[in-house]
Amino acid sequence: MSQAAVFDQLVVGEVVAERELLLTRDSLVRYAGASGDFNPIHYRDDFAQSVGLPGVLAHGMLTMGVAGSVATEWLGAAGWVQDFQSRFTRPVPVDAQAGAAITVTATVGALDSEARTARIDLKVVFDGSTVLGKAQLVAAFA
Amino acid sequence: MVNPDIQGRVYPETAPYLVGREKVREFARAVQSESPLHFDPAAARAAGFSDVIAPPTFAVTVQESTLAQLLADDEAGVDFSRVVHGDQRFSYSRPIVAGDELTATLTITAVKQLRGHSMVTASSEIVDESGAHVVTAISTLVVRGEDAA
Repeated sequence: MSQAAVFDQLVVGEVVAERELLLTRDSLVRYAGASGDFNPIHYRDDFAQSVGLPGVLAHGMLTMGVAGSVATEWLGAAGWVQDFQSRFTRPVPVDAQAGAAITVTATVGALDSEARTARIDLKVVFDGSTVLGKAQLVAAFA
Repeated sequence: MVNPDIQGRVYPETAPYLVGREKVREFARAVQSESPLHFDPAAARAAGFSDVIAPPTFAVTVQESTLAQLLADDEAGVDFSRVVHGDQRFSYSRPIVAGDELTATLTITAVKQLRGHSMVTASSEIVDESGAHVVTAISTLVVRGEDAA
């Protein structure tokens, strides 16, 4: 486990959290229910293929959400998330049996010592490629 | 093609969304978070919040009813089967907490045409029961054109 976040000890460029996660069809169904996004491209291969996709894809918001979780688990009670943004640059196909293994790396991107905010840059990699663009979260510390 | 005249359109405020503690827990599990602030009211209170706080992307569940307004607007001409989520941003004044009753107001801030696709920027301002700002959720939806690659 990483140490609890302490603002005054943060250094730009430092990796503060790294985690490998598995997205399975189970994860997609669970996220569909939790979020209310029931687009069938996230649970039906036949439907996904009928609209020109290789098969079922993870929700972009699920990928963004799990990346955010890596950062908020590191942050703990030391602060709260003021801003979180991402571009959805590449789809994540989720194999029915193997799922999709993704790695999330959280790096300190910038610090504002007056506002006591830290920008955390999130890199999400699937199958050797980055799937989110400009995934940045701003944490406000007490 | 999306109707460019919807740029600047403001939709009616949505019905209040009551944030339930179990819904926050369900969402936190779905995004594979193990932070106690999403699960344990005592831990959340110790951190200065009145109840469990929602993960930062939770606002999408409240925003969803505003995007439904856009999709249901015949004048907008957004074909849902051609929509791809381009980007997303959440800007918070404070975290969402279980017990919040939230309403959202959608404004279409931009409609652009690019290489046969339409890019619609939808900004949903979400406020609590006192009217105080909680979060603004901004989505760019890419609506693929019929002739575009």
